[in-house]
Amino acid sequence: MHPAPSVILFTTLSGAGFGFLACLSLGLLPATGWAAFFAWGLAYGLAVAGLLASTFHLGNPQRALRAFTQWRTSWLSREGWASVTTLAFVAPGAAEAVFGWPTGDWTRVTGLLAAAMAIVTILCTAMIYAQLRTVPRWHHWTVPLSFLSFAAAGGLILAAPGAYAALACLILGAVLMLQFDRGDRQFALAGSTLAAATGLGPSVRPFAPANTSPNYIMREMIFQVGRKHALKLRGLALILGALLPAALMLTLPSGPVASALAFASYLAGAFAQRWLFFAEARHVVSHYYGQV
Amino acid sequence: MTALPPPSKKKLGLVIDLDTCVGCQACVTACKGWNDQGYGAPLSDMDAYGSSPCGTFLNRVHSFEVQPEGAEAQIIHFPRSCLHCDNAPCVTVCPTGASYKRAEDGIVLVNESACIGCGLCAWACPYGARELDGEAGVMKKCTLCVDRIYNENLPEIDRQPACVRTCPTGARHFGDLGDPESPVSRLVAERGGYDLMPDLGTAPVNKYLPPRPKDRDRGAPALAPLSDLKATGLAGWLDRLLEKI
Ligand code: SF4
Ligand code: SF4
Ligand code: SF4
Repeated sequence: MHPAPSVILFTTLSGAGFGFLACLSLGLLPATGWAAFFAWGLAYGLAVAGLLASTFHLGNPQRALRAFTQWRTSWLSREGWASVTTLAFVAPGAAEAVFGWPTGDWTRVTGLLAAAMAIVTILCTAMIYAQLRTVPRWHHWTVPLSFLSFAAAGGLILAAPGAYAALACLILGAVLMLQFDRGDRQFALAGSTLAAATGLGPSVRPFAPANTSPNYIMREMIFQVGRKHALKLRGLALILGALLPAALMLTLPSGPVASALAFASYLAGAFAQRWLFFAEARHVVSHYYGQV
Repeated sequence: MTALPPPSKKKLGLVIDLDTCVGCQACVTACKGWNDQGYGAPLSDMDAYGSSPCGTFLNRVHSFEVQPEGAEAQIIHFPRSCLHCDNAPCVTVCPTGASYKRAEDGIVLVNESACIGCGLCAWACPYGARELDGEAGVMKKCTLCVDRIYNENLPEIDRQPACVRTCPTGARHFGDLGDPESPVSRLVAERGGYDLMPDLGTAPVNKYLPPRPKDRDRGAPALAPLSDLKATGLAGWLDRLLEKI
């Protein structure tokens, strides 16, 4: 699959943003005043920037609101609702922390709801990919698990630098290894072959393409450059996304500096992983184009 | 609404005969020609005269080679367009409701004025049957020529899909695959018509007819009898003369 920068930005930033929002809403970073303003602002910013980035690849973004209509069947539509609901539930807690508005006990309730909806949002994002039987590598439970682990690690690095954040990073590392391993087997397990795609028996092989220059399908769904460097990128994702942040969380004194350094490393690792998530994924349509 | 309707009784679709298709691309051209001027945004060509042209097509013809055991290798031309799946994954993933399957005849269509061009439906289709138009930014796909098959302004003979109407070898057949007595259903039953990627559970309406088995390899090159020809008359005299020299 083509690794579109807008989608990579969207999934990584909004994942970390919603993770951070969940942690803040659960009261993991007790801050007030300006500190609270920056923390909640950053969380909102990440989440919203990610959502905005996702509209960049639309052919007709002016109609984006229509994407809220089909929540009964479409994970993409559900994701829209879940993210808006999360942002709404987050607001009372943010207002209380930043402006000191005495909102009483019910901000605890909205905080819990906000955290729950943030998790739902991340799951919806993951399901947009995991639902697709046409991309066997994605059609697996490790995909939602890895999206959740990324959000948890990112959120905890920012909200609660220390041992728990380190643990979340290490869990993320383990999940990534599992995801790489399972993902590698999925295409063969799905029984996806040119013979099944054409019904022409086991001896079939591509002879002449349907078109002489790449079309939309080939540009969007057949991408082979990434596989060459897959191993290196996996290493980068593991080291930068999980191991280095974990080490920083354990060694540096807990505080904004530790968070900033670890988060920068985490984001670089997340970009590498997410780029690979697309670049390595093979769509079954590749068979027709002889480019599996 | 992107929920799938209950299975319709009428299932309009195509039956494609891989035995008779000669790969002439006439259906590709006829499809582009017809769908360029009526239903929805025209099928654009980007950089048409440049170094990397890229156009939108609703139907494409690939060519594959098969090597049957003990017989000559064969080239199979393979037209590929939307199969109007009964269990269409492209419909249920659509966030806007632009993608839908008609309850009355099972045709899968895109309401272009609702489509945001997110491309998710093209990802969900196993068969590469949907292409996002580079100019209009909306999803294009085979309409089963819905603006021809019910069009009473056309002479009756033309009320079938452009690709079917144009095919010079009659390799494309159009009809109701929900009716077991229809000519297309009988053709599928007789010839062992099959589904593409049946394991994915899309339940395509369109069927493909397998190539018929060709003559067996007789052990000698197919053109061998021609080399035995006896020349007669002047050519025969020359032949004999030259052989003696
Ligand atoms: S062939 Fe593809 S586009 Fe057509 S109905 Fe099936 S899944 Fe949808
Ligand atoms: S590209 Fe259009 S038709 Fe396809 S899923 Fe997106 S909104 Fe629906
Ligand atoms: S039925 Fe019409 S739209 Fe579909 S492939 Fe044939 S000509 Fe194209």
